[in-house]
Amino acid sequence: MSFRSNNPIGPLDYSRRTWMKLILLGTFVFLYAPIITLVAFSFNDSRRNIVWRGFTFKYYEKAWNNSSLVEAFANSLTIALLSTLISVVLGTMTAILLWRFRFPGKAGYEGLMSLPIVIPEICLGVAMMAFFSRIGWPSGLHWPLNLAAITIAHISFSFPFVTVVIRARLASFNRELEEAAKDLGAGEWQAFKNILIPHMRPGLIAAALLAFTLSLDDFVITFFTSGPDTITLPIKIYSMIRFSVTPEVNAVSSVLIAVTLIMTTLALWFQGRNGNQPEDTFHG
Amino acid sequence: MGINQKTHFMADRPVILQIQQVVKRFGNIHAVNGVNLTIHEGEFFALLGPSGCGKTTLLRMLAGFEFPNEGSIKIDGEETKDIPPNQRPVNMVFQSYAVFPHMTVFDNVAYGLRVVKAPPEEVQERVKDALALVKLDGYNSRKPDQLSGGQRQRVALARALVKRPRVLLLDEPLSALDAKLREAMQLELVKLQKAVGITFLIVTHDQDEALSMADRIAVMENGVVRQVAPPRELYESPNCKFVADFIGRMNLFSGIVEGHEDGGRLKVKTELLGKLTIYYNEKLNGELHLAVRPEKLRISSEILPPSHFSFPGEIDAVVYHGSKTHVYLKTDAGPLLCATLTNISRSSICPKRGDRLWIGWAPEDTLVLSE
Repeated sequence: MSFRSNNPIGPLDYSRRTWMKLILLGTFVFLYAPIITLVAFSFNDSRRNIVWRGFTFKYYEKAWNNSSLVEAFANSLTIALLSTLISVVLGTMTAILLWRFRFPGKAGYEGLMSLPIVIPEICLGVAMMAFFSRIGWPSGLHWPLNLAAITIAHISFSFPFVTVVIRARLASFNRELEEAAKDLGAGEWQAFKNILIPHMRPGLIAAALLAFTLSLDDFVITFFTSGPDTITLPIKIYSMIRFSVTPEVNAVSSVLIAVTLIMTTLALWFQGRNGNQPEDTFHG
Repeated sequence: MGINQKTHFMADRPVILQIQQVVKRFGNIHAVNGVNLTIHEGEFFALLGPSGCGKTTLLRMLAGFEFPNEGSIKIDGEETKDIPPNQRPVNMVFQSYAVFPHMTVFDNVAYGLRVVKAPPEEVQERVKDALALVKLDGYNSRKPDQLSGGQRQRVALARALVKRPRVLLLDEPLSALDAKLREAMQLELVKLQKAVGITFLIVTHDQDEALSMADRIAVMENGVVRQVAPPRELYESPNCKFVADFIGRMNLFSGIVEGHEDGGRLKVKTELLGKLTIYYNEKLNGELHLAVRPEKLRISSEILPPSHFSFPGEIDAVVYHGSKTHVYLKTDAGPLLCATLTNISRSSICPKRGDRLWIGWAPEDTLVLSE
């Protein structure tokens, strides 16, 4: 027996140490077991979510035929899409403003802007509710206008996240690139469109995903700003589990997970495609 | 006083760049403080100076990224005060090259033409020519991250040249390249400039670069131009202590004028090296600086011929540089003088530390400098 094997484990070869492998496995179980269980039990042929009784699609069908559930889902998606779109535009503009310009009170403004990130959601929720009732925000509008209050609330807490992500991306921008574009004959807008936007693209995708997820699963703030005819999915699920956790809830949640996964995959694929393939990036 | 402004060989060409009394302040710092320069068509002109001397600021004002507080800049006779960078007939090669990372080589070079809506056939043709000019044909569809530093620089060059600028501005273009490549690029840039006939204005802190490439050099210090001259004149006849010290190596010492002799000779009493008689046309009085280049100095085991100044001393240090050797000799009178010996033969004898020798130079190699 020799102390020196042919291929000794180096000091940084963590992946070859048994204890490290065990910790890794434990972490994965801890992180993903609940999600896997949730998805698995959405196919469980039982009223109760405790014992496995066989495979069925019944609860998906049931969820699909539950019109109030579908409506809540549609509301959630609409709000998430609108809020993502607007907060990405708003957050990006703010990030560019903070990155490019120096103005009096900039530090103070930056602090204020990140307030929605640090402030407890419950406070923001109550504040939003008080605000909308104080200004007499009209209720009983037609869809999708009746979602405006929730959408505005979502924009107000997700755009600072967008700003943070985009600013981090902008920090790595070489300003000479923009100057080079102008030197070659591009105006402000052309330089922005042809040079700055392509640089920000990965940040924009990441920020949009973040904003979308933040909006889609927000409960607290939505709870305070929604009315009886503007129920979103998290609120609907909450009201459903107050009676019992049925596999129907599992089914809806599984659909939500699937939607998020598909969107993330699409975003990553889109990003990869742009990064690797030579393409004509010039448009006017 | 100083060196008379000799007319340089391009002075009869039309003026392309007229810089008059330009001042640029950042807060209360004068980055550029009253610069006057006239640059002629087809010149290879260098702005040389230590970092922070205002040379880059001046270049950025020409490109239109900064605007002068005072004075005027005329490109091709046209005042540029209100012209934004994208409408100036100049193009720039940036220090970081600023090659657009998300575009191919072809798209990079084509950008400046497409952005002003040039017809596609013309774009195709001109980009092809520009890439051939910088020897990058066949690299059309490469992305910048697949290129070496030198190739990226060629892309930046082609991208600027394809616009056919009246003046090409180059901001420290060779500073990021390694020594061998830098030397090759110096030669290539000069050839390229003569081939295209465009006026090149290069900013550099590297005197070698300026001396080896430029037709004329402006030496800047603290926002002011100290001397404008062709390389040889700048090296052999600097007009002030700063230029003498900045370009190359220099032995400097101060003296006081004692009197004049017929035939343009000046008697100077130096503090430590005694009385020296040197050749100088103008009559001077008071204190002045004397200077002599290390390679003009001679070292000998015997006293030098009477036509030379000659001082005994002891070798203090010998620094070997391959092609040449710097010998530092402490004269008995006090000053430390540096002599540069060229190692013309493999068996060239090198003095050793502690050797007692004579050091000296021909009086006509002495330079007289103002403050």
